Amino acid sequence: MALSIEDIKKVAHLARIEVSDSDAAATLTKLTGILGLIEQMQAVDTTGIVPMSHSQDLSQRLRDDAVTKTNLRDEFQKNAPALGNGSAEQAVAGGLYLVPKVIE
Amino acid sequence: MEWEVVIGLETHTQLKTNTKIFSGASVKYGAEPNTQACEVSLALPGVLPVLNRQAVECAIKFGLAINAHIAPRSVFARKNYFYPDLPKGYQISQFELPVVGKGAVTIQVPAVGKNAAYEKVVNITRAHLEEDAGKSVHGAVEGMSGIDLNRAGTPLLEIVTEPDMRSAAEAVAYAKKLHELVQWIDICDGNMQEGSFRCDVNVSVRPKGSEKLGTRREIKNLNSFKFMTQAIEYETRWQIETLEDGGTIHQATVLFNPDTGETRAMRSKEEANDYRYFPDPDLLPLVISEADKARVLVNMPELPEAMKARFEVQYGLSTYDANALTTSRDLANYFVETTNFGVDAKQAANWVMGSVAAKLNAEDKAIVDSPISAQQLAQLLKRISDNTISNNAAKQVFEAMWNSEGEVDAIIAAKGLKQESDSGAIEVIIDEVLAANAAMVEEFKAGKEKAFNALVGQAMKASKGKANPTQVNDILKKKLSA
Repeated sequence: MALSIEDIKKVAHLARIEVSDSDAAATLTKLTGILGLIEQMQAVDTTGIVPMSHSQDLSQRLRDDAVTKTNLRDEFQKNAPALGNGSAEQAVAGGLYLVPKVIE
Repeated sequence: MEWEVVIGLETHTQLKTNTKIFSGASVKYGAEPNTQACEVSLALPGVLPVLNRQAVECAIKFGLAINAHIAPRSVFARKNYFYPDLPKGYQISQFELPVVGKGAVTIQVPAVGKNAAYEKVVNITRAHLEEDAGKSVHGAVEGMSGIDLNRAGTPLLEIVTEPDMRSAAEAVAYAKKLHELVQWIDICDGNMQEGSFRCDVNVSVRPKGSEKLGTRREIKNLNSFKFMTQAIEYETRWQIETLEDGGTIHQATVLFNPDTGETRAMRSKEEANDYRYFPDPDLLPLVISEADKARVLVNMPELPEAMKARFEVQYGLSTYDANALTTSRDLANYFVETTNFGVDAKQAANWVMGSVAAKLNAEDKAIVDSPISAQQLAQLLKRISDNTISNNAAKQVFEAMWNSEGEVDAIIAAKGLKQESDSGAIEVIIDEVLAANAAMVEEFKAGKEKAFNALVGQAMKASKGKANPTQVNDILKKKLSA
């Protein structure tokens, strides 16, 4: 499968990674290499083999439905970043975390 | 050209648990912002999800209730997208291997206009477990949005249908049926205002008779049945008009605006449908054994379909009545409790579906909030069947009881509603009426049936409504034919 620079830009945007034009060319080469490896693997006959979804052959353990977490909001909100625009104030208000305006 | 609308639904039901799907934080509604947002909800580095047993059991219970295949092994996947209310940058969901596979729900589509009511089977494609996102709050701080992550990680079961519905009425009938079912089996509180039951509706149109599906548009997040009807009807009209005007439909996500009654497409930027699903390496496959299913089955209540069939046999009710009485477990219980006090089942059914339902509807109350208990209703019905009061008087007593004016017998006495069943007294009244209305008697004898009813009316009036109407009828008939 042939990748283009546009594919690289699109994937980078979806992952919110900034990739400059010069880096994009190098990334294209590397990703094309990886896809080549996958193509090789796809040549293997996997008929009748159950697809693996985890590297460990175990099943999920379940937790009892009991509240174990307490309210640590004040502690957690000490990690909130500064508001920005020169303000050192933390980006929290009335218990909410503040982010740049999201418009519906 | 005649068009056909094709509808499929995706419903997010919030599962009835104490805690989140992947952490021990409370999911109680209405808490102060972020007081139930633990380190897992916040996606702090190094945290790991641990699956909630109750959420899994709710999913199994739903699967069993719709006769679906329950996957012996299902897998959690990451659905990747960026939004401020999703701190991990992905939602944990299920993609290729959902916990519940194909099943079916039977719906009753009510009569609309000249179209009679009918039954229909809606096929369920799948149902999968996933976590809810947080909430964005606008307007708290100028130029900023506030994020509340209390809801982040709340367990959801997303239930997906085949594109089996052909009208807004069918879609709403299905949504209502599903809404009843998830409450019936007690996996969801059904509170639509609080977002516990939200529907996304996929709508497309095609020329009638065509097998090929048209391009669909998805109406997001409908949280009332009224809005669902309006949104589907508007969307259907819009798509047909667009096609008839030579336009094309593009796949899109649309929002319904209750103020205008219109749907509008979200900007394409808002719906980057490229989620790059992959199995979540933080979670192992979910394995469900026959023993797990058997354990859940023990707690399964009698399902509405089975109860409906039983009501028809045990109480001799019509299919219509049995259906109406099994729309919710509480309503069915109320009915059964009423009959347990020894009143006629058909009479109880009529009152529960008639006066009681009308009052509840008018006051937007649930049956559990009825001011008249099943025992009180039974007492009232007994006073009708033992001829103490007429049906009309019973309606007055019912009103008074609803307004908490007291017990049945006290109200009958206070309002003087006891009916006259002494045939001697009634005969006296009728003789007076016949004497005073000779013209009517002549009309009746000349073959005018209506005159009879007028005479009954006069007799009832003369008795101030207290005469037993059946006796009045009988005695009057006898006297006129004499």
